[in-house]
Amino acid sequence: MIEIRDVSKAYPGSGKEGVSGLALTIRQGEFLVLIGPSGSGKTTTLNMINRLVEPDRGTIRIEGRNVAETDPVQLRRGIGYVFQEAGLFPHMTVAENIAVTPRLLGWDEARIQARIDELLALVRLDSATFHERRPQGLSGGQRQRVALARALAARPHILLLDEPFGALDPVTREAVAADVRDIHQSLGLTTMMVTHDMTEALLLADRIAVMREGTLVQTGTAQELVNHPADSFVAQLIETPRRRAQALAKTLAL
Amino acid sequence: MNQSFHEAWALLPDYLSQHVILSVSALILGVAISVPLGIVAARSKGIGAPVLGLVSVIQTIPGLALLALFYPLLLALSSLTRDLFGVSFRALGFLPALLALTLYAMLPILRNLVTALNGLDPAILMAAKGVGMTPRQSLYKVELPLAAPQLLAGIRTATVWVVGITTLSTPIGQTSLGNYIFTGLQTENWIFVLFGCVAAAALAMVLDFLLAVAGAALSAGSRPRLALAGIGLIVLIAAALVPGLIHPSARGVVVGAKNFDEQYILADVMADRLRQSGFAVSQKIDLGSTVALRALAASDIDAYVDYSGTLWGDAMHRTDMPGRQAMLDQLKSWLAQRHGVALVGSLGFENAYVFAMRADRAKALHIRSLADIAAHPDLMIGGDFEIFSRPEWRRVAAAYGLSTMRRRQYQPDFLYRAVMSGDADLVSAFSSDGRIARYGLTILDDPKGALPPYDAVLLVGPAHAHDKRFLESLRPLIGAIPLSLMQQANLMVDRDQDKRTPGQTAAWLEARIAQDHPQ
Repeated sequence: MIEIRDVSKAYPGSGKEGVSGLALTIRQGEFLVLIGPSGSGKTTTLNMINRLVEPDRGTIRIEGRNVAETDPVQLRRGIGYVFQEAGLFPHMTVAENIAVTPRLLGWDEARIQARIDELLALVRLDSATFHERRPQGLSGGQRQRVALARALAARPHILLLDEPFGALDPVTREAVAADVRDIHQSLGLTTMMVTHDMTEALLLADRIAVMREGTLVQTGTAQELVNHPADSFVAQLIETPRRRAQALAKTLAL
Repeated sequence: MNQSFHEAWALLPDYLSQHVILSVSALILGVAISVPLGIVAARSKGIGAPVLGLVSVIQTIPGLALLALFYPLLLALSSLTRDLFGVSFRALGFLPALLALTLYAMLPILRNLVTALNGLDPAILMAAKGVGMTPRQSLYKVELPLAAPQLLAGIRTATVWVVGITTLSTPIGQTSLGNYIFTGLQTENWIFVLFGCVAAAALAMVLDFLLAVAGAALSAGSRPRLALAGIGLIVLIAAALVPGLIHPSARGVVVGAKNFDEQYILADVMADRLRQSGFAVSQKIDLGSTVALRALAASDIDAYVDYSGTLWGDAMHRTDMPGRQAMLDQLKSWLAQRHGVALVGSLGFENAYVFAMRADRAKALHIRSLADIAAHPDLMIGGDFEIFSRPEWRRVAAAYGLSTMRRRQYQPDFLYRAVMSGDADLVSAFSSDGRIARYGLTILDDPKGALPPYDAVLLVGPAHAHDKRFLESLRPLIGAIPLSLMQQANLMVDRDQDKRTPGQTAAWLEARIAQDHPQ
């Protein structure tokens, strides 16, 4: 469980997205999607959980422990993180990328090698083909799968994803998204994902948190948001997929 | 030509070995300083900007000047440490060259590293932090490996620069492939010049190639190719070091020479005689004029030939003229007291500053002595690079009213061509130069005695000033070389046809001395 209590972060005059007075709880085993337009503070919120960003005010607790009192390096090794556009290390092979965190944790080599194969199978990449490849030689979808494997390498209970599918083509995006949801389920992870795509949010999330200009506007299941939008902004956002589907149906019917 | 080539080839192991040791040491030191400095500079703009600025400024100092500047700097430092701690070090040769070359190596390495580190994708750095790396782990596992190709490119640039600039360390007493070039320029031995250039270029290219292979292997993650490049580098360096290891005591006694033909010939003669007396002998040639005495006093060299007038003015800073013998006597006791240097005696000739004109031109203008020049205010005088700033010229100019005369400066070898072609009406020259007679130049009299005597004197450094065997082996040269003999010898090296090397000429000169002074 992740508890965010009254957290604020300001970047005066920098144009970076700030957050003010945010309160949000992500339950054990939940898949929560943080959605909102650019600059609404989604990524800042995500980054405060593993202390890539330090809040000005407020507390964040994981399993009851205040992250501010945890060593940030140890904290990050215990949380899986998938970055926008993968963030793979270009000078390392796929296997080396996946092995980064286990090596930092000092696992023995045999255990690391076994884990690499296990993870490649989990993200559905053929070990023989991809083991020694470098990130430059991978497609966008393959890169995100490797990034996912790297994030899960040290068996974290929490997975953070920052717009992980943003750079993928629609077909790949759908396939990778479905796999992420499956892995979340099968490993029993607590997952928090940032996106600005409502369709993706509706398909993946147990619960959706809508942000605007650094504040949380509404939290709820897809059903709750559709039936009881807090304001016109949420209503408009939640209606986007339906509007697009209707427009599409109309075009196809012609 | 064949002879020159063989002579050059024979010198290669020694020159190449010293060149490689110096270049590689400077590069290693340059990398060792630049990499940590680059890391700090990349993290802090406040340090980065001034450091890069300073290193860039150093780069604009001409190589020869930077190398030369380190000599007085180290000399001052050496005397300071001697006063404070009783420890002094050699300010000549390897150390100043190493420091100057290290500074040169730094710019490309530092600039490439800082550029590479600052240019890293922020998303990658964020990822390194995000997967749980400490700042140190991020530096070693992510930032430096990613900056490595650019860092290596900087090291390659530095390698080519340093190997090239190492040739300029010859005048400060460090043997290198530059010895070919400096000696070749002085004796107009173009084979030597070309040999030095080609050898230095080949060395630079081989090192650059091996580093390129290492770089390609590094970015392809190929261990075998990286190992191959590493082995290549080690073998090359080891091979270059072998001559120094086979002759660990190769230094033996060192005969010095300034940077002109007469000095090379005399150094060869001295080295030969010392060898015959059983000494292991090496030579350090192309020393700057005032560097030589300091090198002797510091025992960097053990013997060389200087000239009384030069020592009188440049070392003793005297401007009075007590007469030839009094000058020699005072020099002798001053050198012994001040530097522990023995003035063994005069060789028998003078290499004086004189002023010379084409015979026909002198005749036409009715000029016989310096006193006649003032009547022709439109004449042009040519001099070498130092004459017009020397006390000799000031005295001559004052004595004969020549201070407003039009002047031009030439590389010494071109002075004779200048006066023969009419570019200059009269030129400064050296009395022992064989070309004065060959071109039939008229030497102008000095009726007021403004020019001091320049007796060639043999000096021996403190280590051997009382070494009987050493002194006895050189003593037969005292009074044995009259002016005409030295002029002939110099001409053999300077002339364009049937040119001899200093080594050949030295053998000829020794034979003539033995013939004239049978023992």
